[in-house]
This record gives sequence, C-alpha cells and structure tokens, in this order.
Amino acid sequence: MRLISKVALTLTSLMMSGIAMASQPKDGKIGFQEAVTPVMEELIRFHHSFVFPVIVAITIFVMALMIYIMVRFNEKANPVPSKTTHHVGLEVAWTLVPILILLVMVVPSMKLLYMQDRLPTTEMTIKVVGHTWHWEYQYPELEDKVEGFESYLLKKEDALAAGKPYLLGTDAPLVVPVDTKVKVIVTSQANLHSFSVPSFGVKMDAVPGRLNETWFQVNPGKEGTYYGQCSELCGIRHAFMPIEVKVVSKSDFHRWVNNGGSFSTNVAQANIAAPAAAPK
Amino acid sequence: MAAIGADEGYGHDDKPAFFARWFYSTNHKDIGTLYLIFAIFSGIIGGFLSFAMRAELAQPGIQIFHDLHTYNVFVSMHGLIMIFFMVMPAVIGGFGNWFVPLMIGAPDMAFPRMNNLSFWLLPVALICLIISFFVQGSASGNGFGGGWVMYPPLSTIGSPGPSFDFIIIGLLAAGFSSIFGAINFITTILNMRAPGMTIHKMPLFAWSVLVTAFLLLLALPVLAAALFMLMGDRVEGGTGFFDPARGGDPEMFQHLFWFFGHPEVYIMILPAFGIVSHVVSTFSKKPIFGYLGMAYAMVAIGVVGFVVWAHHMYTVGMDVNLKAYFLAATLVIAVPTGVKIFSWLATMWGGSISFSIPMQWALAFIFLFVIGGVTGVVLANAGIDTALHDTYYVVAHFHYVLSMGAVFGIFCGFTYWFGKMFGVLYNKYLAALHFWTFFVGVNIIFFPQHFLGMQGMPRRYVDYPEEFALYNEISSWGAALTGVSVIFFFVWVIEALIVRRKAPDNYWGEYANTLEWTLSSPPPYHQFNTLPVYKDEDHH
Repeated sequence: MRLISKVALTLTSLMMSGIAMASQPKDGKIGFQEAVTPVMEELIRFHHSFVFPVIVAITIFVMALMIYIMVRFNEKANPVPSKTTHHVGLEVAWTLVPILILLVMVVPSMKLLYMQDRLPTTEMTIKVVGHTWHWEYQYPELEDKVEGFESYLLKKEDALAAGKPYLLGTDAPLVVPVDTKVKVIVTSQANLHSFSVPSFGVKMDAVPGRLNETWFQVNPGKEGTYYGQCSELCGIRHAFMPIEVKVVSKSDFHRWVNNGGSFSTNVAQANIAAPAAAPK
Repeated sequence: MAAIGADEGYGHDDKPAFFARWFYSTNHKDIGTLYLIFAIFSGIIGGFLSFAMRAELAQPGIQIFHDLHTYNVFVSMHGLIMIFFMVMPAVIGGFGNWFVPLMIGAPDMAFPRMNNLSFWLLPVALICLIISFFVQGSASGNGFGGGWVMYPPLSTIGSPGPSFDFIIIGLLAAGFSSIFGAINFITTILNMRAPGMTIHKMPLFAWSVLVTAFLLLLALPVLAAALFMLMGDRVEGGTGFFDPARGGDPEMFQHLFWFFGHPEVYIMILPAFGIVSHVVSTFSKKPIFGYLGMAYAMVAIGVVGFVVWAHHMYTVGMDVNLKAYFLAATLVIAVPTGVKIFSWLATMWGGSISFSIPMQWALAFIFLFVIGGVTGVVLANAGIDTALHDTYYVVAHFHYVLSMGAVFGIFCGFTYWFGKMFGVLYNKYLAALHFWTFFVGVNIIFFPQHFLGMQGMPRRYVDYPEEFALYNEISSWGAALTGVSVIFFFVWVIEALIVRRKAPDNYWGEYANTLEWTLSSPPPYHQFNTLPVYKDEDHH
C-alpha cells in the first residue's frame, strides 16, 4: 500500500518536476537535483539535450530491431533461414555511424569538462578538509575574522528540531555568498573522502597530501541551503558526514564575516561551539 | 597410459577412482566441472551478501547492520567474491576449460597439471577471504571494509588488522591461478587447434577466451604488484609507496589498481560475448554474421581496454588534459562494442529463430548489455561523470553489464551446454521460470538505481536520507524476486540431475556445428585421440 501511494506521488512529482525546485534530493524524482551554478546548468543541458536523447534513441532503435526480428524471423514466420554472413556496406556503416555520433558528442563534452576544470579568476577561496568522519571549513583569506570550523552530522532528533533533513543537515553549514566565484581547495587529513554538492556540479576527492582545486559560482537569486554527502568510501561513518552549504546574499555574508562567522549577535561563535551536536 | 584408440575414446573410458579423479584431476572437463561447482558455491556467498545489503537498504534507518562496519565488509566482499570467485571461475575456468579444447579439437589443455594447480589455488584463495571476515580488520571490527578497490589509506593505516592481509594473500593466490590459466589457454589455443583450423576459422568462443587470456596475462601482474606494494606499506616501518607523509601518493595505487581493474571488466564480459555468439547463431539457424569483424572487435576491445583506466578516477584531481584524453579514449570503446551488438542482430536477421532457453538468455543479454553500454557512454563524459561518479548511477551501470551482462552470459552458456556437459536434459518450463523471474528481478533491482544516482545518492551507504526511500524500496523488492529466482535455478538443475533424461549427442540441431557437438553427451573421458580434421566450411 505504501508503495502504491508512493508510486502515485512519484507520478505527480514527475509531472511537476518541470517547476519543482529541489535544493536537496526529492523522493521518487527522476533526474538531477536542481542546478544553481553555471557548471551544473551546462552539465544538465549537455546531458538532457544531447547525451540522454542519443542513448535513448540507440536503446529504442536496438529494441525496435529486436522486436521486429523476433516477430519477422522466428521459425514460424520464416521457416527457411537465409545464408547471408557478410555485407561490407552494412559493416562499414555500423562502424562509421557510431564514430560520427561520438565525434559530435566529444565537442560539447570537452567544452563542459574544461569549463568545470579550468578555474576562472576567483573572488574568494574556501578550504575544505576531510576528517574521519566530518568536514572542516576554512576561509584562508578571511582568517583574521572567521576561524575555521568543523561541521558534524546532526543527530536525528536535532535535525528534526532544526527543520533539517536527517543525514544531510549539519550543525555548522559552510557559508558562501551568492553570485561569487569561489575557489574550493579540497584536501584530507587521513582517509580519502570526496566533497560533493550535486546542485553545484561539484565533486572533488579529498586526498591526503594533495590540494585539489575546483570552483563554483551560485547563480543570483539562488540563496538557500544545498546538501551533499561524502562520495568516496572512508570507513565506518562514511554515510554520516554530510555537506551543508548555506548560500547567502553578499551583504549577509559580509555581516557573517564581520560577526566572526555568526549570523546572530548574541550567540557569536555559535558555529564553532556546538560539540553537543557532534556524534560521540 | 591410455592406449591410442582408433576412434574418439570409445572403449577406454578409464576414469580414475573418485578421489584421484576429482582431487588430482588433470582432465580439462573434470576441472571445468570443478570450476563451475566452485563458481556456484561462491555465487551463493556473494549473493547472500548482496541480499543482506538490499534488506538493509529497503528502508531508511539501520535495520540489520547495527555494526556499521559489517555493512562495509559486506559491500567489499560482495564485489571481490562475485568478480574473482564467481564470474571469472565460471566463464574462464568453467566454460573455457570445458569447451576451448572441445571446440578446437584438442584432446586436453596444453598443461593439464598446471590446470589442476590453477583450480586448486582458488579454494585456497576463497578460504583466505572467508577467514578475513572473522579476524580483526580495523578498530571498527572484524573484516575488511575498504571496498573491492582496496584504496589506501583505508587499506593501509585504515585497516591495520590481519583481515586485509588475508585478502591480499587470497587475491594473490587467485591472481596466480588466473595467470597460470591464461598461460594454459594461450598455449592451447595457439598450438593445439585441429588440423585445418586456422586462427581465422576458430570458433568465436575460443577467440574470446584467447583475448581474455592475454588480458589476464597483462593485467593481473599489475594487480599483484599493487598488492605487494600495499603489503609493504602495511608493515610497521615498511615502505611508503602510497603514504604522502613518506613521499608516496595514494592516487598511485588507484592508477595501478585500475590499470588492472578496467581490463578486468572485459575479462569478465568477453567470454560471455563468445558464448552469446554461438547461441545466437545456433538458434537463428545461420552462421554468425561478420565473423572476422566479431573476432577483431574483441581484440580491439581488449587493446583499447588497457588505455582507458583513469575514467574510473575523473574526480581524483587529475590534470584536465589527461581527463580529456581518457574521455576520448573511453568513447572509442563504444565502436567495437556496437559492432558486436549489430553483428548479433544481423545474425538473427533473416534467420529462423527458435526461442529456446539459451536463446532467451542471449536475447536478454544483448538488450540489457545495450542499456549498460549506453549508460557507460554517459559516464565516459568526464563532465557529466562529476555528477554521477560514486553514485548509484554507477552501481546501476556496472550491474547492467555484469549482473545482467556477464551473469546472463553464464546462464546462457550453462543452459546451452548443460546437456553436453552432464549428459542430461533439463525441463524447459522450470528453466523458463528461472529465466523470467531473474530477468524481471534484476531489472527491478537495478533500473531504479539510475534515478537514485542522478538524484545524488552515493554508493556504499549503509543509511540514506529518507528522500531516497522510494527507489531503494523498489530495488529491494527486486532483490527479493531475484532471490526466489535463484531457488528456481537450483530446482531446474537438481530436477534434471535426478530425472536424468538422456541427452543426445547434438540436441540443438545442425546449426550447433562446433566440434563439441560431434562428440557424445557427455563427451568421452578422453576425446579426439585421433585429431578431427577441420573441413573448410563456414563453421563459425
């Protein structure tokens, strides 16, 4: 019963998916999370307008051929098999046509890859450090104002109390300004991890001994909270080190920075002093 | 010992006594049977692990694995056992041993005693892996939870206990087993073909095993080297190949691992290609279309398979130009793979198809492999892979090519050759029940996982936000159906072995025209004492 009601819900949400905006995963939704950066928009555009139609067309083409063959050439419909074993033209065609499709695909694919990977002149830098098992965020250019802080998973009851989704919500989100080119430096203290924010089109492994770079720029008007999860197996609490990014307006970000990394005046340093919420 | 008989082994079926026959075995058919039994046994273990994982993931929250570390152990061991101890022994050790000598008209493998060693290393290896479950892995508990990829530092400082040492020893044993097997197959195929059977007249299954054997021979030493380096890193005061504090780099292991790991994917799927080619030809009642194209497409897949490994590592922080190269090289693989798919379709075109059980498996294989293949094209695009890497989309993709590709190929071969191997016919309704439940079941498991992956659900998660609940629940129901289907598999096998309907020499008709069908079912203990002369017909 639960399943049936969920399927019905899914169908509704599918129809709504054109307008429904997700800043976190949605149950039953098909497709990517909402894109809020130019990179993720380009990724979805390339996937939806090119790669996905091509693979669906190929799959349907093969399925249609197979159905036709099974109907037309089964032993009742066609008792006497042909003896054809070669057809050079056909063999050349089914080698060349895929090559052509791939050649056409490789151009926008490279464009997306280089857009994602080549950092533009960024306006600020954040440093993300993976720990076993939580994340640490630092603002190297602002370190005289904002101390680096650690971000832990919220326990289930704390997440409910805070109105955040369990296993996604944290006690101290990474705070970044909207419409700003942010360079992200990712590293790790001991194990491998991967810093991933699906809505940003960002996924970068945190490797001890390495400083990996990536970047994002959240589109204007897309202030809000975005979630991601550690995406490289890192041990027993791999599933319990979520990433929460709070995107705020530039003025709010200045206020937050000048307030020592807090939005409220009277609970300064709230982001840092939250050991109660940390698991174990 | 055996007298040189005038014809194919009739009259001197001098089987040794039970213990000598099955434990000292040097007969390729007996060793093939041992491999198949071993693969089924490992498949039960690996399958149990996966059903436990799906049971855990049916609902958000922790249901079964209150010890979270055990879940990671199950994930890791499911991968290792299914790859090294189920698929590889079945397709290469099992069908390869059974049918390569029969198809090329050879009396046995080139090195029968090494063949025996290849097999018996595997149970030793599996015992090592099973021991690893029960000894200290890390501070978190027993067993190794670092994934089948065994990336350091999780497999070095992250798993200091003896558990992972047992896995290293086990995988080295399994690796040497495969290397010995590869040497044996290459020698056999290159030197022991029947008079008149040139390499361009050799059956496609022998071609597929030949290419696979070269991949094994070139890829497995790299895995062995990587495992030895891990071993050195794990020793107190040992080496620091992968330890940044001592000038090493954890990413180097990933390069070494995937230099082995990507050819490994083709090692698992190529023999299935060979099997499916014979089945499609037999039941379309036509020779295979574009034989040479089929053979060299496999060679091309094998060659290109060695130069695309880092597409498993798009997010590790590689240079963008390197990623661009791996992107382009990876897309190239779609071309020979497409040649194979279209050649199978062209083989069926104009045919007179009978939908026997092996043909049903083969048709399902072709279609599901296309789905797994096209999602592979999506993932090859490094830009898109940023969103999909290490999500359930990847899990869905590689299970479509393995759980539906390689495993469907195994069932295809098993139902095709069952009568030939064991001399008895199975009940086709029971076998159809197995096929249809399995087909529906695995699709219900894995198709919704594409959606989970696009929504961003990461792999190897013991618990997930409830936003991912729906498709996980569906997927787990599919696993339940697949579990029932596995029972149907044993039902038809056991029924056939008990009822013992005698299989004729060639129960599939004149289009099953490779040399194994000229022998009795099961074949005599020693066959081809007088080598068959291969006639110049279109025999592929």
